[in-house]
Amino acid sequence: MQERKMRLSPREAAHTEVGHGGHSAGHHGHDEHHEHEHESLKTFGFWLFLMTDCILFASLFACYLVLHGNTNGGPTAEELFEMPGVIAETFILLTSSFTSGLAVLAMHKKNLKGLITWLAVTVLLGASFIYLEVDEFLKMVHEGATISTSAFLSSFFTLVGTHGLHVSLGLCWMIGLIFQLKRHGITPVTMRKVNVISLYWHFLDVVWIFVFTIVYMMGVM
Amino acid sequence: MLDNIKEFASEFFVTGDPLIYGADVSIGLAMIAIITVLTYFKKWGWLWREWLTTVDHKRVGIMYIIASILMLFRGGVDALLMRTQIALPDIQFLEAEHYNQIFTTHGVIMILFMAMPLMFGLFNIVVPLQIGARDVAYPFLNSLSFWMFFFGAMLFNMSFVIGGSPDAGWLSYAPLSELSHSPGVGQDFYIWGIQISGIGSLATGINFIVTILKMRAPGMKLMQMPMFSWSVLSSCVTIIFAFPILTVTLALLFLDRYLGAHFFTLDGGGNPMMYVNLIWMWGHPEVYIVVLPAFGIFSEVVATFSKKKLFGYKSMVFAMMIISVLSFFTWLHHFFTMGSGADVNAFFAITTMLIAIPTGVKIFNWLFTMFRGRITFTTPMLWTLAFIPCFVIGGMTGVLLSVAPADFQFHNSYFLIAHFHQVLIGGVAFGYFAGLSYWWPKMFGFKLNEKLGKWAFWLWNIGFYVCFMPQYFLGLDGMTRRVSEYSWDMGWGPLNLVSTIGGFLMGIGFLFQVWQIAHSIKFMERDTTGDPWNGRTLEWSIPSPAPLYNFATLPQVKDQDDWWEDKQRKQQGLPSLKTPQPIEPIHMPKNSAIPFIKSLCWFVAGFGFVFDWLFFAIPGMIGVLICMLVRSFSYDTDYYIPVDEVKRTEAALRGTN
Repeated sequence: MQERKMRLSPREAAHTEVGHGGHSAGHHGHDEHHEHEHESLKTFGFWLFLMTDCILFASLFACYLVLHGNTNGGPTAEELFEMPGVIAETFILLTSSFTSGLAVLAMHKKNLKGLITWLAVTVLLGASFIYLEVDEFLKMVHEGATISTSAFLSSFFTLVGTHGLHVSLGLCWMIGLIFQLKRHGITPVTMRKVNVISLYWHFLDVVWIFVFTIVYMMGVM
Repeated sequence: MLDNIKEFASEFFVTGDPLIYGADVSIGLAMIAIITVLTYFKKWGWLWREWLTTVDHKRVGIMYIIASILMLFRGGVDALLMRTQIALPDIQFLEAEHYNQIFTTHGVIMILFMAMPLMFGLFNIVVPLQIGARDVAYPFLNSLSFWMFFFGAMLFNMSFVIGGSPDAGWLSYAPLSELSHSPGVGQDFYIWGIQISGIGSLATGINFIVTILKMRAPGMKLMQMPMFSWSVLSSCVTIIFAFPILTVTLALLFLDRYLGAHFFTLDGGGNPMMYVNLIWMWGHPEVYIVVLPAFGIFSEVVATFSKKKLFGYKSMVFAMMIISVLSFFTWLHHFFTMGSGADVNAFFAITTMLIAIPTGVKIFNWLFTMFRGRITFTTPMLWTLAFIPCFVIGGMTGVLLSVAPADFQFHNSYFLIAHFHQVLIGGVAFGYFAGLSYWWPKMFGFKLNEKLGKWAFWLWNIGFYVCFMPQYFLGLDGMTRRVSEYSWDMGWGPLNLVSTIGGFLMGIGFLFQVWQIAHSIKFMERDTTGDPWNGRTLEWSIPSPAPLYNFATLPQVKDQDDWWEDKQRKQQGLPSLKTPQPIEPIHMPKNSAIPFIKSLCWFVAGFGFVFDWLFFAIPGMIGVLICMLVRSFSYDTDYYIPVDEVKRTEAALRGTN
């Protein structure tokens, strides 16, 4: 049934459902099922968006790989990167991905308080990640390693910065979502929104693993 | 103080060219005229409620088409100015710098602001109707896509009178497009105009994939879907893989220019070749993105006007999907001469030649569809018939160009210019003109005048050959693209003159099209059937123009060409396979002002970045963020049309039958 419903337009699926429940289900039931289908449609679109974002990061990684040797006499990756800070960032972001997963689990148990708490923990972890990253960037700029120093640094700041920008946007979005959850509770709409942002968050985590491996690990090796 | 203002204005506005002063005056007059008309007839509220805030796919489609026709005019004028300058040797009509700007804007406008929106317009109008859906998957996002395109295009066009146009070619190769070689703001207009509208295109790609995969009418299997919808699917799949690359490329170029980064610069370790690679990784798929839907249109038109089922439906589907995939493996053929080496060139030469195979399959499918069909020579069919030989020749010169060693002779010569105009005019433009006249009655409820349409067709078709056939020979004679002047002893004069005459013939063809539209509006004959061509697919089963909700009850689909089969059964006196469905309340999205306002904020931000005015850029970006938050916090975005209203509308629309 689920399989079949996915292929139908939301409206038609709603119609089938009403057929099953009998017309006495009336307008209300109709509405709810409709909403459910509508939300699954949006989640599917978000998957497609993530694919486009994948290509975006892939292009940036490609540029980094082409340019990372072109240091123009400036500092190299080995001289610049301070691994303890980066490893801390990595663990913080991985943990935040875990806590966002806990938020989704709490949501499925209809535990609004748990959901909001875990989202808040995720936001805090994400914010500390950003704090550490900005701190790292500022240190580099202080040492005279800016975006205009060399092609290597241009591609480094752009790739890592784009990831950071994604995380920051995700933070704003998550905070907005916490307010919406407080106002509306757990409904099909807010459930979809939580699912989507946790998808986004896991995606950024995966991208970070690539950043960590390709940029930092390979840089200091 | 006054001197300061004067100095600012002389840099801010483009000055010194009588052509541009003329344009300034006409832009000013047109704006005053529009404002006066809207105020006099008290139409501001109507414009806001019915159009600027609409999320109805049919209206969004119409706005796309209007914008693209205006852009066709602008791009066409650019073309004629260029052709005038090089009609004969030593003409002093345009200065070299102005010529560079014009070939740049001509290319950008024709591909990105004419072909793309015309394509999106037809997607919007046709796809939901053809697959039996009430709207696209995300109507709000759809409206946002349109306004992003619109304001991106406006930003780009503004460079004409404010600040100066870009002049580094339509793909703006680095390092020419870098600050070191293009210090003016024109290049920044290029970056932001395309960037903003590109985000809209990406969103449209996602929107239509979801619409087609998830919102087809009950019973319609993928392999029963009308061919135009298939072509839209293949085009949109290509969009979502190609456009992020464009976004990245433009962003990196912007960082180079704005923050002094070194991605594509000559100094600092930058790599200009990387720009050329990246831009073509988007640019080559882009030309397939615009041509695939045209193939879909030809398939619909040829089946309708031959009164036959499309020949080789499955092979057509596979051919389109294969083209989508192969389009990502050919980009390097645009720069065989730039030193990639024999092995790399050989790979890309072969992938390019492979594209000819699925394309050839399609050509035969169209020919066999017509074979023993009862063909009626309407305007859409004429465009289709003219397309076939034109595209075959264009395709074959393309195969010639793909031979890497030979390309060292053809590269960047007029041979290439003739080739890509032949596939883009003969394929894309003819296709969208066919689509426009074919679906016009569905959009507006009346047909376009056939006689004027045929005049326009013949002028375009003859003009095309007169214009571009000589260019193949000019290319073989050694004339390279983008030369703004040549001397008598080159011997290129006569062929260029012929070519210019052809260009003006196409210009007259365009005027006939405008006349055709105006004439048809004035003397229209209302089509009361909703099916003026005796069509085959679902869009013809409902009244024209379609009501807000498209289908009162969703159609149940049993066959490919379902509407045609249904009509055949009726004619043979067989009972219909469909069981009547009860009308229920219809769920619809509410209008929203956010897409318009958000895109306007993008426009303001883009303008700020172009001039490095943070007092524009920062408020603009904040506005974008606020719009996103407001949208995220609004939960009351839909409503229901009650059954009574649907019944009343249906009775009014069908009562005239």
